[in-house]
Amino acid sequence: MRYIALIVVLLSGLVLLYTEKDLPPWGDPNSPASLHVSPKYLRDSLQETAVPNVVTSVLADYRGYDTMFETTVIFCAGLACFVLLRVFKVERKEAHYRHKATGLIIHVKVPNLLDNSSEFERVDTMWVPHDLILKTMCRFLIPFIQLFALYVVAHGHHSPGGGFQGGVILGASIILLSISFDLRTGLERVNERSISLMSATGVFVFTGIGAICLFLGSQFLNYGILSKILGVDPVMSRSWGIFGVEVGVAITVMAVMIGIYNYISSEGKLDEGL
Amino acid sequence: MADIIGYILGKYNYWMAVVLMMIGLYAMLAKKNLIKKIVGMNIFQTAIILFYISIGFKKGATVPIIEHNTHVIDVAKYANPLPHVLMLTAIVVAVSTFGVALALAVRVYQEHGTLEENEILSELQE
Repeated sequence: MRYIALIVVLLSGLVLLYTEKDLPPWGDPNSPASLHVSPKYLRDSLQETAVPNVVTSVLADYRGYDTMFETTVIFCAGLACFVLLRVFKVERKEAHYRHKATGLIIHVKVPNLLDNSSEFERVDTMWVPHDLILKTMCRFLIPFIQLFALYVVAHGHHSPGGGFQGGVILGASIILLSISFDLRTGLERVNERSISLMSATGVFVFTGIGAICLFLGSQFLNYGILSKILGVDPVMSRSWGIFGVEVGVAITVMAVMIGIYNYISSEGKLDEGL
Repeated sequence: MADIIGYILGKYNYWMAVVLMMIGLYAMLAKKNLIKKIVGMNIFQTAIILFYISIGFKKGATVPIIEHNTHVIDVAKYANPLPHVLMLTAIVVAVSTFGVALALAVRVYQEHGTLEENEILSELQE
């Protein structure tokens, strides 16, 4: 089996390397990929959409449909993880608690015994020693990570960035919280209900902006018509439309990243994570 | 000899992408562990992303962000934005498929207690 796989891999690699002789050399400005529509995007993007970052304008305006369904794909991935893994009936037979003052870990055979105690806090079954340095560092870092994420989303018009990247960074900040403390701390900040709501809200914002364009009497996702309600000229309203769409993408991506992490790390029980 | 080396160096980006793709394909075909197969799929996707990004590169060009107050835009000065856009979405889809694949692996592990393909198969045949 292993040798058959090796032969198949080598054959496909050789076929691909054979086709390489027809491909343009590395860094050729006149390669076919750079001659068809990309010069038009580079020349016209700033006049048509008032967005200097061509990647953003192509992503959210010229190829808006693509990005809309890409967002739907991410939403569906979050939904698939939920359907595959989520279990609602969790029976706890035992629990571990840490005495806050001394750091002692106790193992209780009665579940929920000390959940409301002020002296004890619950820890995971696979508990690790309480690490003050790690937790304090993460608590200091997370606000700055989130601030940077918001900057990446909001400044995607003028610098590398946008909804996908900013959303992933926002999600990563909450995942860092869940890893450095425990899953329950992360769920206190962003609970399951808000994750589900936000992952749907992002897609709704994206399609909603497209639908508003439709109702105002233009094509779906043609942001130029938004000038009627925004009170700016059509070019500037394209820029604002792109911004709204990016915010929707960021919300969905953030929620789905947190959701996938929560479901996989706790095997769908959402009580104890990594 | 110098011709061959020049030929390889002139197109080494494709060589890298093809080698990465072969590693990923081999992992998907030959490895018995499901997690290794999933990681192989991710390596394969990375090879495709690298291939596209290297197509968009132009020698001496900068990122496709138009400078302020430029009236005549020299297209050769900016990298091709289209592959970047396509791969931006492809990366996120790669993450999504990775997540769903891991979720499926978790379910398989819950059902069978193992992630080795031959052990699962022998368990199913019993």
